[in-house]
Amino acid sequence: MTTLMPESRRTRWRALLSRQRLSGLFWQIVVVGITIAVVGWLWSNALHNLSVRRISTGFAFLGREAGMPIADSWLAYSPKDPYLRAFIVGIVNTLRVAVIGIMLATVLGTLIGIARLSANWLLSRLAAIYVEVLRDIPLLLQLLFWYVLMQGLPAARSAWKPVDGVYLSNRGLVLPSVPIGEGNLWVIGAVALGLMALYGLRRQLIAWQMADGRSRRIWPYALVLAVGLPALVSWGLGVSWTVTIPELRGFNFVGGLILAPEYFALLIALVTYTSAFIAEIVRSGIQAVDKGQWDAAKALGLRRGFVLRHIVLPQALRVIIPPMTSQYLNLAKNSSLAVAVGYQDIVSIANTTLNQTGQAIEAIALIMLVFLTISLTISLFMNWYNARIALVER
Amino acid sequence: MTNATDISENPLPLARPRYRRSVAGRIIRWLRANLFASISSTVISLLLISLLAKALISLVRWGYWNAIWTVPGDQTGACRAIRGLGACWAVIPEKFRFILFGTYPFDQQWRPALATLTFIALFYLSSRRGFWGKKLVLVWAGALVLIGVLMWGGIFGLPYVSQDRWGGLPVTLILATFGLAFGFPLGIVVALGRRSNLPAIRSLCVLYVELIRGVPLISLLFMASVMFPLFMPDGVNIDKLLRAQIAFVLYAGAYLAEVIRGGLQAVPRGQHDAADALGLSYWKKNGLVILPQAINHVIPPLVNTFIAFFKDTSLVLIIGIFDLLTTAKTSIIDPAWQSFSVEVYLFVSLIYFAFCFSMSRYSRHLEAQARSR
Repeated sequence: MTTLMPESRRTRWRALLSRQRLSGLFWQIVVVGITIAVVGWLWSNALHNLSVRRISTGFAFLGREAGMPIADSWLAYSPKDPYLRAFIVGIVNTLRVAVIGIMLATVLGTLIGIARLSANWLLSRLAAIYVEVLRDIPLLLQLLFWYVLMQGLPAARSAWKPVDGVYLSNRGLVLPSVPIGEGNLWVIGAVALGLMALYGLRRQLIAWQMADGRSRRIWPYALVLAVGLPALVSWGLGVSWTVTIPELRGFNFVGGLILAPEYFALLIALVTYTSAFIAEIVRSGIQAVDKGQWDAAKALGLRRGFVLRHIVLPQALRVIIPPMTSQYLNLAKNSSLAVAVGYQDIVSIANTTLNQTGQAIEAIALIMLVFLTISLTISLFMNWYNARIALVER
Repeated sequence: MTNATDISENPLPLARPRYRRSVAGRIIRWLRANLFASISSTVISLLLISLLAKALISLVRWGYWNAIWTVPGDQTGACRAIRGLGACWAVIPEKFRFILFGTYPFDQQWRPALATLTFIALFYLSSRRGFWGKKLVLVWAGALVLIGVLMWGGIFGLPYVSQDRWGGLPVTLILATFGLAFGFPLGIVVALGRRSNLPAIRSLCVLYVELIRGVPLISLLFMASVMFPLFMPDGVNIDKLLRAQIAFVLYAGAYLAEVIRGGLQAVPRGQHDAADALGLSYWKKNGLVILPQAINHVIPPLVNTFIAFFKDTSLVLIIGIFDLLTTAKTSIIDPAWQSFSVEVYLFVSLIYFAFCFSMSRYSRHLEAQARSR
């Protein structure tokens, strides 16, 4: 008798559970079934249409001659090269704009974010206006605007020359540069290696200081690793570091680093637009730091700039990093607007390929692959950085 | 050795010279506090004032002093003569009908104008808290039908105007509004799906959101304009504007889903339990208990997403749909007016700015409201 009650309750529970489970299973099967049916239908249509248009699917076209001119490239490229090469040039062009854009936007955005909080009324007002205006106008419109301004610059012969060796004209921005050869790359590698070693050493020194409380000097090591090592490599290989100053010959510039107007306009538009968003993130991050931190630092007699750099910003960083990551992702994706001004990034090259070969699915799949990879890399890096600066509670 | 007499011997703060409470005194005090508080602040202020003065003077000289406001017909010689020194505002009255309404039949352009006003009224009503609820859904449905009637015509004695003649501001507003109107419910469903405990549905939603968010909008628009026809059976031909609209709905859905998911995560677990205890079904639980709270949490970020989305509609320029930015760019193809794109872009920027700025003000107002409660 006594066991009957729980028994019946258990069966009722089981019935309920299984009904819930069954309905869950049912809905999943329905949704997945519909999805598969729709995708299958679209796919069969595509196969049919492609066969009608005599377009073969697959990536074999990557080996064919591209025949598309690319004006602005860091890699050696000629229209006789295959599509694969053109795509690689496009990827490098995308990265060239995205990486430099992210770095410049971070610096500019941080400065403007700090300026917005300045005690100087004029400075904070101007920063606020900058943010408000740039955020509320579409990026594409700003890009076209910069490009038009760029085209309105004087011709190469009467270029603006703010400093010796720097020219701004409708051919773009021309800067003095050092021609990078193989030897120079070795030296740059040595600098990177030295900095990495220094970074490891610094952690070790801090660990020792934590253990025994004695502070150790780091600058002699820094001098040896970051300056001495590269200098030795440079001397040993006999690398030349002569700066080439661009000069005007005929109608164009020779020598130096030339930033084409398309690239320059895209970079300015991306940097100024994104910096407005970054400024807001930095501002709210700084404001999120408890006011007591400022008061305590002030009570110790520390100066405002010092407090900002060494006390407030490191704490604000924890609030800043996650939204900053999505701004970086946006900048990388927005670099695809290049197509509007004729800068040949990956999207522009894929689009040309698509028009030339009709390989629409493959071209768009490649765009997606490239951007998913870039997005994932940025996310992974920022997550790693975020974990590194996370508050260590003692 | 400190005692009361020592302290009283120090000069009291009262003895410091004080500015009288005159207007000039107050201004000087304000200037000292806000512009010249310290040496560095003074240097910054002076630098900024000189830069600002220089910029303002050249701007006024270009935009007002040397500017030309009207020219007879297409005789832009005077404008071209002062190019770079003064603005040619004459391009705006000459081209603004085309910029705003594109190639819509000229004598019928009151219709897109009225449609634009309907949109603005709709946005205004949607911003009033008192209107939120079922009433708003009805208002939206009515307004969208009215806009369709105005734009297409074909009934009530209005001549029919085909979609490929639409252009300018109404197209921008249509893309943005319909994108949000359909993307919002899609976003809600996907956000719920992403938090569902049914693995197949959850992974489908994750796949959708991450794929859309991982690639640039342009590639979605290319897909809509180039790939979409490939995926359709023979003979089915969907209009270009509609294809772009579908891409925008999918795009908005993914971004809105992430914002709404953030709101769903902010609803405490107890609310779910309480709704379950009342025996509510899944849809009733979410529709009556969870979603209203979740959406209320994320209204400011939702408005920010709307702003971003509104700006993003300008990307249809790249696939050749005549939105506001495309008509602006096209209006200066005319050889007589070719060199005055800066003026036209400034004019269009002003329109975009007016819409986005009012939305961002509204978002800030909502945030302030939420904080005070």
